Amino acid sequence: MIAAIGLLLGVGLGLLVQPEVPTWLQPYLPIAVVAALDATFGGLRALLDGIFDDRVFVVSFLSNVVIAALVVFLGDQLGVGGQLSTGIVVVLGIRIFANVAAIRRHLLKA
Amino acid sequence: MTGPRGTGHAARHELTGRARLRSALVPRANQRQILAGALCALLGFAGVTQVQSRDEDSVLESARQSDLVQILDAQSQLADRLEDELAGLESSYDDLLTDGNKQQTALEQARERREALGILAGTLGARGPGVDLVVVDPDRRASAIRILGAIEELRNAGAEVIQVNDVRVVASTYVLDGDDGPEVDGIGLDPPYVLRAIGDAETLATAMGIPGGVIDSFANDGMSATVVPRVEVVVDALRTPSAPEYARPAEAG
Repeated sequence: MIAAIGLLLGVGLGLLVQPEVPTWLQPYLPIAVVAALDATFGGLRALLDGIFDDRVFVVSFLSNVVIAALVVFLGDQLGVGGQLSTGIVVVLGIRIFANVAAIRRHLLKA
Repeated sequence: MTGPRGTGHAARHELTGRARLRSALVPRANQRQILAGALCALLGFAGVTQVQSRDEDSVLESARQSDLVQILDAQSQLADRLEDELAGLESSYDDLLTDGNKQQTALEQARERREALGILAGTLGARGPGVDLVVVDPDRRASAIRILGAIEELRNAGAEVIQVNDVRVVASTYVLDGDDGPEVDGIGLDPPYVLRAIGDAETLATAMGIPGGVIDSFANDGMSATVVPRVEVVVDALRTPSAPEYARPAEAG
C-alpha cells in the first residue's frame, strides 16, 4: 500500500517539478528506470507468491539500478554503450515479461 | 513459491494471490515498507522525468557522443556524395551546352558553305547588284570567241555569277560555234544575247565599256552591245550538280 502510494507520489512530483535531466545522467536514466521496473515487477510477483521480503526488494531494486547503470557506463567507456544498453533492455524486458506472466497467472488464474 | 518460508509467511502461504494482494494493501508503516515506498516513488519520479525529457529533447540532444559522431559522419558523407553528383551533373550540363553550341556553329558554317558552293556550282539561284549586257545581233554574226571574251571580261571585272540567256555559267562551261551560231554548254543561243552578271555594277560597266573592250569588239563585228547597270540582277538559271566520276576528296591537312 505504501509502495503504491509512493509510486503515485513520485509520478505526481515528477509531473509537478519537471526537472531537467543532467547531461551525465542522460544515458543511464532510461536503463535505470527499466531496471527499477524489473525489480518492481519482481517484487509484485514475489508478493503474490507469498515470498515477498522488504529487504530483498530494497536490495534487488538498488542493485538492479546500480548494476544496469554501471554496465552501461562500462559499455560507454569501451565504445559499445549503445549496444550494451540495447542488450540490457532486452534482458530486462524478457524478465519483466516473465514476471508479468506470473502475476497474471496469480490474478487471473490463466 | 513452494514451501513455507519463515514463521511470518507460513500462515499466509495457503492464501490465493488475490488475497495476498489484498492483505498487502493494508498499510503497515514499518521502516522497510516506507523504504520500499520511497524506492517506488523514486521509480515513478525517474520514469516521469525520463519520459518528459524524451518529449522535450530532440533525438540528437539525448544521443551519445559516438552516435552523434556517426550521424555527423553519415551526414557529411551524404553531403560529399551529393556534391560530387552535383559537380558531375553540372559538368555534363556544360558539355551538353557547348556541344549544342558547337553543333549550332557547325550547322551555320555548313549552311554558309552550302550557299557559297551552291552559288559557285550553279545549283542555287542568286541575286544582287550587277549588269545586263545585251547584245543585239540581227544578222547572226556572233561568234563563240566573242561570247567567251565577254564572259572572261565579266569574270575579270569581278562578276561572281554569270548567266548567258538561259544558261548558267559555271567552272566547266564551254562556248562553241555551232551551226546556228554560238553554243554554250551545247545549248544554242538565239539573239539577242543577254549576259547577266552579279558583281560590282560600276566596275562591270566600266570594264565592258573600255575602248577596245567587249562593247567595241561586238561593234566591230557589226553587233550593238549595251551595258545596263542594275541594282538587282536575278540569276535564276540552275545547274544540276553531277557527282565527279574520278575525282575524290583528298584528306585535308
